[in-house]
Amino acid sequence: MATTAQSRPAPDAPPRRSAPLRAQIWSALQGLLIPLLSVVTAIILGSILILLNGRDPITAFEGLFEGAFLEPRGLLVTFRNMTPLILSGLAVAFAFKSGLFNIGVQGQLIIGSVTAAWLGFAVEGLPPLLHVTLAIVAAALAGGLWAAIAGALKAYADAHEVITTIMLNYIAAQFAGWLISTGSDGSRPGPLSSPESATDAIARTPEILESARLPVVYTVPPNFELHAGIFIAIIATIVITFLLYRTTFGFSLRMAGYSPSAAQYAGVNVKRVTILTMLIAGCLAGLAGGIQTLGVNHGYEGNQSLGLGFDGITVAFLAGNNPIGINFSALLFGAMEAGTTRMALNANVAKELIQVIQALILMFVAADQIIRRIYRIRVAGPGSRLKISQNK
Amino acid sequence: MSETELGLAVIATINFTIRYSVPITLGALSGILCERSGIVNIGIEGMMLLAAFTGFMTNVFLSEPQVSPALQTAPVRLTLALAVALLTGGLLGLLHGLLSIQYKVDQIVSGTVINILALGLTGYFYRLNTPTLGKLPNLIGNPFGRDSSLELKLADNLTFYLPYDIGRILFDKDLITYLTLVIVFVLGWALFHTTWGLRTRSIGENPRAADTLGINVYRLQYTNLFLGGMLAGLGGAFLTLAAVGLFEQGMTTGRGFIALAVMIFGNWRPWGALRGALLFGFATALQGQLQQFGIDFPHQLVGMLPYILTIVVLAGFVGRAQPPAHAGRVYETEG
Repeated sequence: MATTAQSRPAPDAPPRRSAPLRAQIWSALQGLLIPLLSVVTAIILGSILILLNGRDPITAFEGLFEGAFLEPRGLLVTFRNMTPLILSGLAVAFAFKSGLFNIGVQGQLIIGSVTAAWLGFAVEGLPPLLHVTLAIVAAALAGGLWAAIAGALKAYADAHEVITTIMLNYIAAQFAGWLISTGSDGSRPGPLSSPESATDAIARTPEILESARLPVVYTVPPNFELHAGIFIAIIATIVITFLLYRTTFGFSLRMAGYSPSAAQYAGVNVKRVTILTMLIAGCLAGLAGGIQTLGVNHGYEGNQSLGLGFDGITVAFLAGNNPIGINFSALLFGAMEAGTTRMALNANVAKELIQVIQALILMFVAADQIIRRIYRIRVAGPGSRLKISQNK
Repeated sequence: MSETELGLAVIATINFTIRYSVPITLGALSGILCERSGIVNIGIEGMMLLAAFTGFMTNVFLSEPQVSPALQTAPVRLTLALAVALLTGGLLGLLHGLLSIQYKVDQIVSGTVINILALGLTGYFYRLNTPTLGKLPNLIGNPFGRDSSLELKLADNLTFYLPYDIGRILFDKDLITYLTLVIVFVLGWALFHTTWGLRTRSIGENPRAADTLGINVYRLQYTNLFLGGMLAGLGGAFLTLAAVGLFEQGMTTGRGFIALAVMIFGNWRPWGALRGALLFGFATALQGQLQQFGIDFPHQLVGMLPYILTIVVLAGFVGRAQPPAHAGRVYETEG
């Protein structure tokens, strides 16, 4: 390190040459400090809520931890929950890097889920590996194309992606609802609805074939299975990191995020970047949906993975939209969800408590000045990084 | 056209159109008030949801046996419930201001925080099977009985009973519905004909100029966010206290977002918002009434209509909208 002429100390220099390094470490730590303190503060506020309800917060959080990590099946569920969270977090973060706020993960995920389910039960006679691959690639593409609608509307009609993606969420939910509708209200059953749903009135697709299921890598008796999706999520993280920081496309994407006009001036085709960014973000979300269908639900049901899209926003923001960091915030959120059952059992606290905590985390991460003020963190850091460029 | 008469279906469609358009109108007015003041409010959905919840729970709480009987009478209970809902909305409006003005959080992120917070809080505090306790009574009630009605037979199955049917549409409504109309009128006038309105519009267009002229930009923004939050809260209260009479998780189902589209559709003007809301309300009402009209078409696909319409509006296929110039950016004072 200290080989360059500049950093060689002058004979009488005070021994403070490590200060810049220390400042560097401090600022790196600060990057972690704010999210950590946000989580801690949210948990404290959550405890107050539990106290207000006349329950014991210590028992509750002990139960949460026990259920998420200490039981073998809990750990397995934590990993299983983590998988779609990583991908939906990436879907938000990737778009955010180019200044686009993708609130449409939920819809992209639904489209991916339905596509995977359809190919999973309708295509017969394929060898297992090929079948899974086909279904999962199709799910990703379908989610991507769905998101690209919002991208194209942004690029060519100047329609703000926040509203269009939210609308596409509802459209996707209604569309999927029609595909699997049971026909119990006297209308024709949806084209993808399961034959059994006519009798039991549960709206869902037929179960996918054995060959379309994601391979199981670990089983905890009696029937807790960990599918291979977690590896797909980790590979996606690596690919996205590479794409963002090591390719020309990633560079122009981030440049468009900092300043669309500067990017335009530098010769970036901002319209194209906008559409491609949404396409790739949607692929990630579609992947999450496909994995849920092929690995967990083995079909598509109406209420499956409700709220995953919004969780993706919090997961991404908690990690400061850093792809690697998203893996850790997804671990935290996956664990929280895995532990709720135990928490509810041990301390009689409603499962929805974690939704409140997650919302508070999002608030503190977004308004990091609140955290800075509470904990008297004086050093002016990079400030809130959650700025959306005004694409005009 | 089986047993149901077409006339009945027409009247029902009109009534449902009005009913669906009330919360959307209120949400859009909230959006107009905030954006005219330079603050984008994407948290309308959450404000509606939490206000719907607190209003509903106040109503439930006040009817518990330990509460004094003076508070238990329906008018007092419902008035208090309405007040709590309005206050909830207003406070969330102030939270939006605190986050986006004081702490400089991106306004869209701040609104998203409010939406997710409302979803979490209502989920945590809501208990299934909370008893329902009635709703706001109709303000006037239909003065016309069906017996005295004039039959107007337009076709085999298209019969209207004139005074009776008109009475149902005009008078058979609750307080909030009429209040909404009044607010549209008042806001439409106040925004363009009062000092407050001029100041509000000026801080949304050019806060620096307004500041130079001695207008306290932040204070006016906070005031209008509080008022805007209350409007959204009134929309939420309509859902639980007037329309359905019970609370369901996530029951706003995107009305707050549709309201934003309606706001754009109405070009940031209250009367335009009312027109837009009626159009969206009609699209929603149609979804429920299709079978009554004897049309066999999947209702889910018709249900997509309001959302598709929103995108069409946003993409500017229906005339170009002109937003307030400074909406979405935080105004920072010099020095």
